[in-house]
Amino acid sequence: MKYTEEHEWLLVEGDIVTVGITAHAAEQLGDVVFVELPEVGTTVSKDDEIVVIESVKAASDILAPLDGEIVEVNEAIADNPALVNDDPEGEAWFFRIKPSDMSPMDDYMDEAEYKDFIG
Amino acid sequence: MTDLKRTPLFALHVELGAKMVPFAGYEMPVQYPAGVMKEHLHTRAHAGLFDVSHMGQVWIDGPDWETIALGFETLVPQDVLGVQPGRQRYGFFTNDHGGIEDDLMFARDPQGDRLFVVVNAACKEADIARMKAALEPGLTVTPVPDRALIAVQGPQAGAVCGGIAPGLRQTRFMDVRAVDFDGVPVMASRSGYTGEDGFEISVPAAQAEAVVRRLLADERVQPIGLGARDSLRLEAGLCLYGHDMDARTTPVSAALDWAIQKVRRHGGERAGGFPGAARVLAELEQGAPTRRVGLLPEGRAPMREGVALFTLEAGGEAVGRITSGGFGPSLGGPMAMGYVPVELSAPGTILYGELRGKRLPLTVTALPFVAANFKR
Repeated sequence: MKYTEEHEWLLVEGDIVTVGITAHAAEQLGDVVFVELPEVGTTVSKDDEIVVIESVKAASDILAPLDGEIVEVNEAIADNPALVNDDPEGEAWFFRIKPSDMSPMDDYMDEAEYKDFIG
Repeated sequence: MTDLKRTPLFALHVELGAKMVPFAGYEMPVQYPAGVMKEHLHTRAHAGLFDVSHMGQVWIDGPDWETIALGFETLVPQDVLGVQPGRQRYGFFTNDHGGIEDDLMFARDPQGDRLFVVVNAACKEADIARMKAALEPGLTVTPVPDRALIAVQGPQAGAVCGGIAPGLRQTRFMDVRAVDFDGVPVMASRSGYTGEDGFEISVPAAQAEAVVRRLLADERVQPIGLGARDSLRLEAGLCLYGHDMDARTTPVSAALDWAIQKVRRHGGERAGGFPGAARVLAELEQGAPTRRVGLLPEGRAPMREGVALFTLEAGGEAVGRITSGGFGPSLGGPMAMGYVPVELSAPGTILYGELRGKRLPLTVTALPFVAANFKR
């Protein structure tokens, strides 16, 4: 598992990367009440704002961690946004991307580094 | 967080794990570990306890009730004289343009001839100065900063508080009583800011923590932060001063016509006689150009304060804006309040809110979003 400074977790399986937000991020956001996911088939560039999350407190974005194509999104969290608080690093993944370039993965943090990052 | 004030319950909030934020010059709990959603739903199902000690509590004294009431009526468009001992009313200070300077609760002391006023934290210095300038020396204006204010709200608040203070059992909405609360002399009004039954209890600061610990020992009572207080009041269709109204908002525009009694209107015995009366009384008869309305977004995306409102899905000028908005946990979806031209204020009118560059439909809706549950 890799982590971004935007508090996303990235799980690589073959040529597909599954993306969600960390438990730390979910706790900071508070109760999530709305998630807007990208369309499957969308081509995205790294750092595009591709997901909107609204909590009881505020709106925030999730950035695309890599260039590539969105191949699957988790409709379960659009239907039941509370899942993001209940199981952020499991069932509540956001989308799967097929990267055109895997190289930025090397720059992302591993678990120990992310733990240091969030202090 | 330098220069921020703390309420007498600050240490207890920290002990309970609250997340503290600056609010109206105070360090206040925005949420406890349960989180906004659970706190909100607990209040609607059982009883929530809120620290609202940042609000301003003021006594007004004078030679007799008539002198006090008629003095206060020079500042507000409400019927003060007609308030019976032990009863409370909602009101607001107006300015010379008929705008609202602050909204407030005022009560006639159950023992007789004193007026008790509770004002918003952010406005309290200005409110106290306004009252002193207008009322002294004939009346005496005495702020009471050495008292905490604790709200207990929810369907079980009556049973909880009545269990501790039997003197509160027979009260109904907007009654005020001075009672012994577990050995502490308090003044409690059966009112609140959630749409639920409940009490706001004025407690000497030194005993505030003991009173709150006693209440929290009851498993029906949970501490509730400002986050849930905001979603509860918005579901109840209640205004937040500085957001849903300010010094440029008139009472009729804010849909607060109901709070101006007949005796202060044209044809009433004591018509006018408060700042901006000409405009306020004219608007009561003719209406105001804009009106505060409830707005229900069609989708699930919350629309918050500042979202511009349009009549068309594309093009055209903004016709209004959202002044409060968010997610209603009891409603189960997004909700908002805002101002629109009066011709667009009828329930059922479809408008569009611009969110992240897209215009999304919302429907003008009667308030409140969640029915009030007062003990009438």
